[in-house]
Amino acid sequence: MTTEQVWKALAQIPDPEIPVVNVVEMGIVRGVEIEGNKATITMTPTFSGCPALHLIREQLERTARALGFDSVEVRTVLSPPWSTDWITPEAKERLRRYGIAPPKPSSAQDFLIELEPAPTPCPRCGSLNTSVKNTFGPTLCKAIYVCNNCQEPFEGFKTV
Amino acid sequence: MRSEVREALIAKLTALADDEVILAHRNSEWVGHGPILEEDIALANIVQDELGHATLWYGLRQQLDGSDPDQLAFFRDANEYRCCELVELPKGDWAFTMLRQYLFDLYEALWLEAARHSTYPPLAEAVQKIIREERFHLQHTQAWIERLGQGTEESNRRLQQALEMQWSYAQQLFVPIPGEELLIAEGLVPDLAPVKERWLEHSTRHLQAAGLKLPINPGYQPTSRAYHTEHLWSLLAEMQSTARWDAEAKVW
Repeated sequence: MTTEQVWKALAQIPDPEIPVVNVVEMGIVRGVEIEGNKATITMTPTFSGCPALHLIREQLERTARALGFDSVEVRTVLSPPWSTDWITPEAKERLRRYGIAPPKPSSAQDFLIELEPAPTPCPRCGSLNTSVKNTFGPTLCKAIYVCNNCQEPFEGFKTV
Repeated sequence: MRSEVREALIAKLTALADDEVILAHRNSEWVGHGPILEEDIALANIVQDELGHATLWYGLRQQLDGSDPDQLAFFRDANEYRCCELVELPKGDWAFTMLRQYLFDLYEALWLEAARHSTYPPLAEAVQKIIREERFHLQHTQAWIERLGQGTEESNRRLQQALEMQWSYAQQLFVPIPGEELLIAEGLVPDLAPVKERWLEHSTRHLQAAGLKLPINPGYQPTSRAYHTEHLWSLLAEMQSTARWDAEAKVW
């Protein structure tokens, strides 16, 4: 068993809240190490209070065990903190097609300054004439927008 | 780490986590009762984030003394809690809740900013994580202060009334806990004095711009986190009831 094979198996696990993307391309899985018959998987939380974390941890462990490892350890690391920049371009495109505006490139901006002066394009019609309805949405990682062009409300990934 | 520094760090982490847990529980009382659906959802999100932060702080304590975060949250009595009194006060009206969250968010954001350079790597790492979430809170509550302060005569009056009550309670956020000077000397946590200075500067500017007057008379200002208002007892009775009724809670 090689680490590549483990990575490939883990890439089959969908994100519990956004099933069109998987936990590897979301940047949640940070590392895979194999030592004899033991696999150590390192993961990082997206948002610290995300209720999907337990589920993701369980699924990582179950998937690695199914590959035949006697012992599987899933470790959580906080550093460096997860950023939406780690979501792969392919996954961002899939988010958009799913109806969720993907995050913008995150900069190391000062956290006290106003957020997002640049408009978020509507994932349906592409219009830049959109406005934020709520900084908080149905999950911790998303905000609610409305498109003033096609009149549709939509979710957008928060840029962190 | 010297044992007295370790003890002080455990106490500080407990205080940080306890503030978040109690404030989160207070605000969770709005779930299903928010003034509009969007705000109900927004406040529930903020609550969930604060619980996430508490989990991180309790987790850091666990690394030091092996204590179980669930035990700390659900099986400690009010006397053992180390939250400040501000977070215990009943939720009041919407203006009261938004003002408290704003004053707390501003303190938390500024404290975190100063704590980024902690010499204790696990704490510095947790800070980097939390800071990214906190800015969304501050942006949200800051806007509510403007909205209520400059809204109607009624909304301004209610916000002003909340400020008269909370301003002195909020000062407790900047009272060091016993032993905190040891942590500051070793660079583990930031000195609260400059954080307070920045907090006063930011909050004064924002509150005045929203048409509010800072209270002239200093009211009751709590000092020790070992003492609590009567409200903490009833809050814990509700918050801990399920866990104490059935600690395993395996059957729903």
